Amino acid sequence: MSDDKTPFISCKNLSRVFVKKLDFAGKIARTLGSKIREEKVQAVDSVDLDVMPGEVLGLVGESGCGKSTLGRMLCGILPSSNGDIFYKGNNVKKMSTKEALHYAINVQMIFQDPYASLNPRKRVNQIIGEAPLYHGLTTKKDLDSYLEDVMLRCGLDPTYKNRYPHQFSGGQRQRIGIARAMAVQPECLVCDESVAALDVSIQAQILNLFMDLRKELNLTCLFISHDLGVVEHISDRIAVMYLGRIVEIASVEKLFSEPFHPYTQALLNEVPRLDKRDVDFAPLKGEIPSPLDPPEGCHFHPRCAHAMDICRKVIPEIKETAPGHKTRCHLADV
Amino acid sequence: MSNELLDIKKLETFFYTRAGIAKAVNGISLSVDKGEIVGIVGESGSGKSVTGFSIMGLVDPPGEIAGGSIKFKGEEIIGQTEEEWRSFRGAKVSMIFQDPMMTLNPVLRIDTQMIEAIRAHEKVSKKEARRRCVETLAMVGIPSPAERIKSYPHQFSGGMRQRVAIAIGLLNKPDLIIADEPTTALDVTIQGQILSEMQTLCRKTGMALIWITHDLTVIAGLAHKVAVMYAGKIIESGNVQEVLDEPLHPYTHGLIGSVPSRNKRGQPLYQIPGMTPSLINIPEGCSFRMRCPHADEICMKEPDETISDNGRMVRCHHPL
Repeated sequence: MSDDKTPFISCKNLSRVFVKKLDFAGKIARTLGSKIREEKVQAVDSVDLDVMPGEVLGLVGESGCGKSTLGRMLCGILPSSNGDIFYKGNNVKKMSTKEALHYAINVQMIFQDPYASLNPRKRVNQIIGEAPLYHGLTTKKDLDSYLEDVMLRCGLDPTYKNRYPHQFSGGQRQRIGIARAMAVQPECLVCDESVAALDVSIQAQILNLFMDLRKELNLTCLFISHDLGVVEHISDRIAVMYLGRIVEIASVEKLFSEPFHPYTQALLNEVPRLDKRDVDFAPLKGEIPSPLDPPEGCHFHPRCAHAMDICRKVIPEIKETAPGHKTRCHLADV
Repeated sequence: MSNELLDIKKLETFFYTRAGIAKAVNGISLSVDKGEIVGIVGESGSGKSVTGFSIMGLVDPPGEIAGGSIKFKGEEIIGQTEEEWRSFRGAKVSMIFQDPMMTLNPVLRIDTQMIEAIRAHEKVSKKEARRRCVETLAMVGIPSPAERIKSYPHQFSGGMRQRVAIAIGLLNKPDLIIADEPTTALDVTIQGQILSEMQTLCRKTGMALIWITHDLTVIAGLAHKVAVMYAGKIIESGNVQEVLDEPLHPYTHGLIGSVPSRNKRGQPLYQIPGMTPSLINIPEGCSFRMRCPHADEICMKEPDETISDNGRMVRCHHPL
């Protein structure tokens, strides 16, 4: 069914709208003729994305750009408003129950906050062991040795398996989160800001763990982060999001050496680096606009130095400027 | 010597908790010159924020400044009366905190909070104070400050809120600003804006800045001098260039190695084994001993500060 050419997960035209329903008073006001309307946030706006088997795709963007929403939808834990998700070439919506279960197990998510994502009332062996036991990947009899394997692989001491999450440090908790995801032997991980809450030295440990696991098990990975340094380090390809749309996607080398979209260029300029000394900071002006009321045309035009008339009216199409390098900018047509 | 603004000598700030004495700041010495940007880098729990609080006289029980001295423009500030502290804070040194949502009062308009800060230190009319507030807001890059000053904190975005907090810090033209991770909660582009704002302010007004952060990469571009803290002690300090290019302490070396960078794409990052010790139970001798690849018997003894001619300090028996 799947070979190297079929994307592991892909989405076509995927959108998600969050609507804040009117309350009772609002509804009455509307019936009486008030111009009040429901507030809509287009968190993800017709995104096409392919995650190829075995690759690490980095997804970067500022807070509120919809990168977590996109990750959650690809993972199947948040329904989409529009568009399709394909798992190994099959439309998720048209899958049989058995296939859908396979998809649910095979794509696992690791969350940002290791303090909020672990149930404080469960012991580590319950947290990690519940899913594989339920899905029949191990038996009650073999559970102990199975747990031991998973914990060792994620750098946890198996003798701690009867402890509660609060007895661990932040880095170890993140390892528990990873172990929980790895316990069902997934082929794909969606990591949502998984190292953002950690100290530099702990972050390095977790990143190394990711890279080891990936090499060992040939994992496919969607790595969501706002930290370009981290994404650059571990990804093969990078997609840049701005206000619900993907504005540029390219291989790491290409994106960092020849960024095309003005937003990507600005973002790369902003990354503080160890080897950049005594910088004269020349920041991007303005802020990310409110997704409640996004600018027309290209979302980036109010902050863009190259904005033309067409940018204010027409949404640019996503275009291939070089093999494998796609961008959504009117400058690509010039 | 006349250029020296702040001189900290062997400062000790301890917290007397039920579980024992937490030595959050354990004998640090640091000096800041006029107009200088000093970075304090360390991981969570290394005592970098408590250092800032100690300078501001904001250490609350069970915490206490247990020893050492802090001299501001040659005058000792430890042991000031509460009244002296009040005229000191804000006017001579001010502090900017990590979370602007927590530092601004949510039920008061920005103008109320700002005017209050000016009139606490000076006898000026409300009108004059408001004029200065608007001026300061414009200085930190808030568009149409005259209207925006009438907003409540929740009407600002995170980056704008942090600017307001910075503006309040600047109102009384302090000689020194202590910034405690002010950009950690912000996006890269907004962080860039704030960094640029602070940099121009320091260059324009000759104000000194202590930038407390866990992010070495921010310090690299911003600061002149850097002090690396570990378990309540400064283990290395000096010129940013020198410390980052040729770190002498194994911990600094490890920290730099663990930052993902383009040179090492896809390569394993350097890992500092283990984790930061609890401040209540700091290991004897060198506190980094347990995690250090070069540790031997001599490290059981506490290393002294070695200071070279150009002001480079390291606290290690086996400097690299």
